[in-house]
Order: sequence, then structure tokens, then C-alpha cells
Amino acid sequence: MRVVVDLNRCQSYAQCCYAAPEHFEVRGHEILFYDPAPPEAKRSQVERAQQACPVRAIAIEPAGLAEGDEP
Amino acid sequence: MTDGQRPGIVVVGASLAGLRGAEALRDGGYDGPLTLVGDEPHRPYDRPPLSKHVLAGELHPDATALPQLTRLRAQWRLGLPAVALDRDRRVVRLADGATLPYETLLIATGARARPWPGEGADLAGIFTIRTLEDARSLRSALALRPSRVLIVGAGLIGCEAASCCRDLGLAVTLVDPNPTPLARLLGTVIGATLAGRMRASGVDLRPNVKVVAFSGEDGQVRRAHLAGGADIATDLVIVALGATRDTGWLAAAALVADPGGLTCDAACRALTTTGEPDPAIYAAGDVARWPNPLTGGRLVTVEHWGNAVDQARHAAANMLAPPTGQVEYQHVPSFWSSQFGLNIKLAGLTEGAEALAIVQGSRASHRFLAVYGRAGRTVAALSFDQARWLPAYAEAVADGAAFPPILGATDQPRIETLEPGFPSPRRSSGRSVTALETAHA
Repeated sequence: MRVVVDLNRCQSYAQCCYAAPEHFEVRGHEILFYDPAPPEAKRSQVERAQQACPVRAIAIEPAGLAEGDEP
Repeated sequence: MTDGQRPGIVVVGASLAGLRGAEALRDGGYDGPLTLVGDEPHRPYDRPPLSKHVLAGELHPDATALPQLTRLRAQWRLGLPAVALDRDRRVVRLADGATLPYETLLIATGARARPWPGEGADLAGIFTIRTLEDARSLRSALALRPSRVLIVGAGLIGCEAASCCRDLGLAVTLVDPNPTPLARLLGTVIGATLAGRMRASGVDLRPNVKVVAFSGEDGQVRRAHLAGGADIATDLVIVALGATRDTGWLAAAALVADPGGLTCDAACRALTTTGEPDPAIYAAGDVARWPNPLTGGRLVTVEHWGNAVDQARHAAANMLAPPTGQVEYQHVPSFWSSQFGLNIKLAGLTEGAEALAIVQGSRASHRFLAVYGRAGRTVAALSFDQARWLPAYAEAVADGAAFPPILGATDQPRIETLEPGFPSPRRSSGRSVTALETAHA
């Protein structure tokens, strides 16, 4: 699956790190390192991270969206 | 004419801006044919990780593919650059000679890395960081553990690359003609703070130094020659001299376009050489130069992620609106950069600022919020590891609030106002060694 975080919006509340610790990590005081391509099997966890974000900075490609829509 | 025969909308540039623009067209109700043209063979990908986690080897280059947020029902023409635009016939010509007709065009061709302009440019071991392939080949070269990496240009990309190289345990020298890193972007007062952090991380920082040429052995770079005669031994060079906008393909289109950008009106419509906008052509992202109301209508280009997203969505909305419904695009430029363990964020334009105030935290602690003032107004806010304060000050920037914007808060000591220390404007003559991370025309 494909994920992108708007790091202009991100303020490192780190709620994503609690929801999906394997895919989001805060380094130093407030640098977010995240996995932009988590396995599809982890979708529910990553979507929980998206829901938990207080500044709504996480965007996720919906499942199956790009099928038949590929380059 | 049936829908299948209509040319519809063509987006040139399968980039962040191109993708978000195309999505906004569909979300806005556009149901006709939609074609995306990209010169690279990849679907749209995210560039910020390329100079950070991809170089560090933490992310596979292919993992940077951007999420698509709306069903596009688009034709993709990838791996073929657009080479010419014929506005009279309303066609885009591609590199293979094919022509692509359009009713409305969105230009999002972005920019390309400025290559090494001097002697030695054809040596192996000299890299730039802009595209996925750039990052892939540089990552492979760094994995071979070069004995010394030389980075030319201490703008955002050069500094991020230096940080990565130190994380990898590589010896790195960073040279820049200015007195500090990020001097043109943030001034030398803030730059000196970053310089201290860099040196503590083991970077061999050489400010006030110009590289004039590279030389090599057996076609491989070995030495950088400096103005003044000294030289630096190196086996891997990263050229981080900013970018030039990708407007070459518009040369014969009678638009106001040059390596500094494609000039648009406030509604993101491309200006023709007669001074009128072409109502069928819009531009967004790095390539677009427009009179931002926030800067008093001064023409700016903004080479940042947030502008690619916002301007593409704005242009798409105008593309779908009637001529009387065109809305001007107002934008507070913003960027982030992570380097040397710091999260650096800026909102606004520092250009021309003559005052700097540290309003939260301290430079000594490397955690602070600083605001830049110009003619009594707040024009930019900068955060070093203080991101939660930034939105409040970004609002002050958007409002053109008095400088400094927030005075006398109970948790604030006396605010110190400094001169930011911007280097004198660079001469435009001769070979330019520039750090144009945000080039504001």
C-alpha cells in the first residue's frame, strides 16, 4: 500500500507511532520517519494511525483504487 | 464529437503536482478524457525522501511511489518527455514525434538539477540529487564506502546529503561560497547555529570556498580545485547547486518562459508574450512563477512540496471554472528539512528580511522559533524542533502581522532582535555557484 505524510502539517504528536509502531517512528525531538510502502496486510493498523493523527497529515491510497488505473 | 474523440485535458508532468492536479480535476467533477505525460518511466513519486532515507539506505527508491487518492481513469504516457507546445493547433509534441491534442493543458514539468557547470563535468563519481534514478545511483555509490564525499553547495539538499553521509559514517566535506550553510535561505545568524551542529557531527565544513574545477584519473573524479589554488581529494562529489525550471520545451510557444520559470497570472494561467494569459493553459508547482498576493504581487516560484500540492489543486479548480470565476492563488510557502537530528521548518519568505527575532526557545539549545521581519511586517517564521509553535506564527505571516507578531506573552522573556545576516545579492554574471533551493525570481 502507498502512504504519504504531509510533513508541513505534522507536529510530531506521535499518535501514529502508537497505532502502527512498525511503520511510524519519531526520531530526535520531532522528526517523523515513516514507511511509505507498508505491506497490504498492515492496512488496518496504518489506517488506525491515519485516524489517530490530530492534524490529519497522513494520506493513504484506498485499497484497490488504482486497479485498472495504472500507468 | 463523442467523448472518445475529444482531446480533453492533458497534464504534462507526472509529478506530485501533476498527480494532485489530475485528482482535483476528477474530484471537481471533470468527466472527460484525461492524459498524464511524464518524461520519467515511473509513476509519480515523492522526492523529499530521496535526499534523506533513500540515500541512507533505509528506504528502497521504489517505496517512494505516491499514493493516488482518487480514481483517475487517465491515459498515462510515461517515459517520453514533451518536447514542444503548439498553442495555435493546441497540441503537445512528444519526444517520439507523436502529437497529443488538448482542450486544456496543465503544465507541471517542475525543475531539474543544475549540473556541474565547470571543468570536469563528464567525470564519473559526480552526482546530483533530483530524480529517483539520481538517488538510486548515488545510493549505490555511497554503499561502496567512498573515502571522502565532497558536497558542493550548502543549500537544503547539500545539507541533508551531508547529514546522511555522516549517519553512514562517511568522511564528508561541504563547501559553499557563503559564510554559513543555508545562508541565502535563512541568513548567517541561523546558518551559524546549523554550522555548529554540523561540525559537532563531524562534517568538514568549508564556508567561503568556491570550487572551480574537478580533475580525475581514468575518468573518475579524484580532486576538486578551489578558487585560490588549493584542492581537496575526493572520490565522490555531490553537486547541490539548486535547480532550473523545466521550460525548454516551451521555447517556441510564445509564452513568458525561461530557466527561472513559466510566468502565470494570479489565477495560474500561463502568460503569453503579448501579456495576455492563454485561457487554455495553466501551470503549477516548481515550474510556475506567479504574482503571489502574499508578496504584494511580486513574481515568485516556490520549489516546495506543499506548493506543488496546493497550486495544482488550485489550478485544477480554475481549469473547471468559467472565465469569470477564476480565483487568484495566494500561498504561504512552507518547507521542512530533517538533518543532523533537527527538524527545520519554515513558513513564509525570508527574502529581503532585515530583522530576526527569537520568540521561543534559544539558539544555544538548538530549539527555537524565530520570526523574520521586513519593513515592520512579519514575513517568515522558522522552527528548529519547535513545530507546534509554527502554525500560530504562519498565520501571522499570512496576515502580514506587525513584527514581531506576539509580544509580552507571560511565558516570554524580552525578545532579542538581530540582523539575519543575508549575504549580499549574488552577481548574475559569470559562472554562478548558487544554492537556489527556493529561488524567488
